[in-house]
Amino acid sequence: MLPFLGAEFGNPSSPHAWGRRARAALDEAHERIGAAIGAGPREIVITSGGTEALNLALKGAAWAGKARGHRILTTKVEHHAVLHSLQYLEKFGFEVVEIPVDRYGRVDPDDIEAALSERSILVVIGHANNEVGTVQPVAEVVRRVRAHAPKGCLVLVDAVASAPYLKVDVTGLGADLVAIAGHKLEGPKGAGALYVRAGTHILGQQQGGTQERYRRAGTEDVAAALGMAVALELAVAERDATARRLRKARDRLTAALVALDGVESTGHPKDRLPGLVSVIVRDVDGASIVVKLDLEGVAASVGSACTTGSAEPSHVLTAMGYPEDEARGALRFSLGRTTTDEEVDQVVELVPRVVKAACDAAAALAAERAAAAAAAETAARAAEPGSMVRS
Amino acid sequence: MSRPERILVAMSGGVDSSVAAALLAEQGHEVVGVWMRLHDVADTVSEFRKSCCSLDAAEDARRVAAQLDIPFYILNLERDFAEGVLSPFLGAYLEGTTPSPCVDCNTTVKFGALLGRARHLYECDAVATGHYARREVSADGRARLRRARDRDKDQTYFLYGLRQGQLRDARFPLGDLTKPEVRAAARRHGLVTADKPESQGICFIPDGDVRAALRSRGGWQPEPGPVVDRDGTRVGEHTGAAGYTPGQRQGLGIALGAPRYVSRVDPTTNTITLGRREDLETTLVAVDGVSFVAEAPPAGPGGAFRAAVRIRHRAEPIPAWVRPAGDHAPPARGGRWLIETDSPVWAVAPGQAAVLYDGEICLGGGRIARTAGDAGVLAADRAATGGERVSVA
Repeated sequence: MLPFLGAEFGNPSSPHAWGRRARAALDEAHERIGAAIGAGPREIVITSGGTEALNLALKGAAWAGKARGHRILTTKVEHHAVLHSLQYLEKFGFEVVEIPVDRYGRVDPDDIEAALSERSILVVIGHANNEVGTVQPVAEVVRRVRAHAPKGCLVLVDAVASAPYLKVDVTGLGADLVAIAGHKLEGPKGAGALYVRAGTHILGQQQGGTQERYRRAGTEDVAAALGMAVALELAVAERDATARRLRKARDRLTAALVALDGVESTGHPKDRLPGLVSVIVRDVDGASIVVKLDLEGVAASVGSACTTGSAEPSHVLTAMGYPEDEARGALRFSLGRTTTDEEVDQVVELVPRVVKAACDAAAALAAERAAAAAAAETAARAAEPGSMVRS
Repeated sequence: MSRPERILVAMSGGVDSSVAAALLAEQGHEVVGVWMRLHDVADTVSEFRKSCCSLDAAEDARRVAAQLDIPFYILNLERDFAEGVLSPFLGAYLEGTTPSPCVDCNTTVKFGALLGRARHLYECDAVATGHYARREVSADGRARLRRARDRDKDQTYFLYGLRQGQLRDARFPLGDLTKPEVRAAARRHGLVTADKPESQGICFIPDGDVRAALRSRGGWQPEPGPVVDRDGTRVGEHTGAAGYTPGQRQGLGIALGAPRYVSRVDPTTNTITLGRREDLETTLVAVDGVSFVAEAPPAGPGGAFRAAVRIRHRAEPIPAWVRPAGDHAPPARGGRWLIETDSPVWAVAPGQAAVLYDGEICLGGGRIARTAGDAGVLAADRAATGGERVSVA
């Protein structure tokens, strides 16, 4: 990857030696990414990340399928890259149906089947949920779509969260479109890929040059593409061993958490990503625990990564039936390929103290808030006319 | 320098709070930066560069924190802001008065909700802000609020509501600096916000359209009503009385020869009364909800005292007598007092803060209860030994 950030500065579309070397590297990236998920090099469109891959797939499939229908099915727990793109498509007359999930965040294939109609053109489902880790019955959903949807109805699988830990084999999944992202694989940010099964027609969403077989115009980031290819290969090579190890670590950390008062695990207990610990802490704002953990040098997260401080509770947890106030107590730890057992030991030891401190802080703040309200009330009463009656 | 403390700095993304954080870090304190998300303006990438509360402002604060290599968090205090600042703001305007949202924000949000989180969540000793004000602590541990060295920037007017428990844990690193010195410090530290323009206006109304905000956020349904001159003659019609402030001259679309100003806004009759410039002068101001920084009035409960009063930010303090409004001593917090100024003050706006000073020291203050137009009633009221409450205009 590194040479393509320096001496090998060629544009893969250029006709000279530098361009040819860049083009060869880009071809290699297509081959290696494709091979890692059971696809051919021409079935891979390299994008700037998971969000772009999903946007391209959704909008490209929707517009290409418009002549046949306008109905798009998805679930209520998809990533915002999916749900917000679909909200955008709704403005253009597409009909989006969000299928509910059970309390573990799992969709029932029967519900998908029941929602299919003659006008269905696309079904979108996440392989595993990025917030609570629940794995969806994707293969079964694909079977139902093939059996009951009109020919030409495509299936898009969002494998961004699952690719590092679960087998992503496009033949096994049976999907027409599969999105993955570099950064989730510990590869470079700003790299992603969309698998488009040979013969599947989607409309490119940005126009210009002929790059990526007209499906994504624009000069390619050769270094990022290669970096992602390598990261994906490494993840695949160590995936089973990583998953075995992380499953143990995950269960250890989850056990330490749910042993505390007011803490419950969210998502499916077994059918879940091996490295994802997700819990709800009652009566505490998850963000406050994240702050306390950060001050102790531990990186955790509330639902999904968010930078604007919005107090909106996670749409995933609310779809799973958690009331808003409980959903605000969401806390998520992601364990990865490089997470060591020692690090897990440290967190297991630290977490009870930090969660307790956050609970105490929440209680103290609630008490102070009540006291301040009472003092303001007293002051307001003092200012009322009744206290200054004519003597 | 004082012993090193762990201090939470409220960073707005402006130059003042950026420098406050930089100076504390330079002095060896352990500094944690926080940007408060207070309302939905935070979701906008602001076209209104003057607002301190857009997503862009949060980005600037984040950049400065990175430059200073301090931890930085975004803290959601929307609920506290809505209850403590936004809803009193809307309520005041809908009642025909002129609110002071910055006062409420300081007492209920920055040195209220934020201070609580500083103590309990961030495990900090104090909250620092980029206010121009000074805090002094005497040997017996009592904290006093003192005007800033930069007289033009002094912000004690907005901080009068702080009490001992708040002021003790407040830090104002800019109190001894002038604005040019603050800019120089920002440049010395190479802060990205060094040349950022001043924020202005009300942070949650970035376009400055208060009446539009009253409609969208306060559910205000404006109704046309009479505009009457000082003698009661109807001279025109307004499109809804809320949002007008005594002393305001523009925006009424009425020409009467001699200049006229809004002298009174009456929401019960939906009437705006005009006056000549001199009609808006008064020497008597009633204030409600009075709070003293020392937590007791200077001359003891119920005792009259001398003070200098400011009825608006940056106004020159006017010497005055301050007396209890009524026979009984007002409570130490939340009572009503009467201010009798030695020389007239102009365009006293109900709802705005009247802040009391003893020289450099801010004693406290309250919210103005009545317009200059009511001064006569008020004087009679006082003559009748403390009397019934006169309707708040």
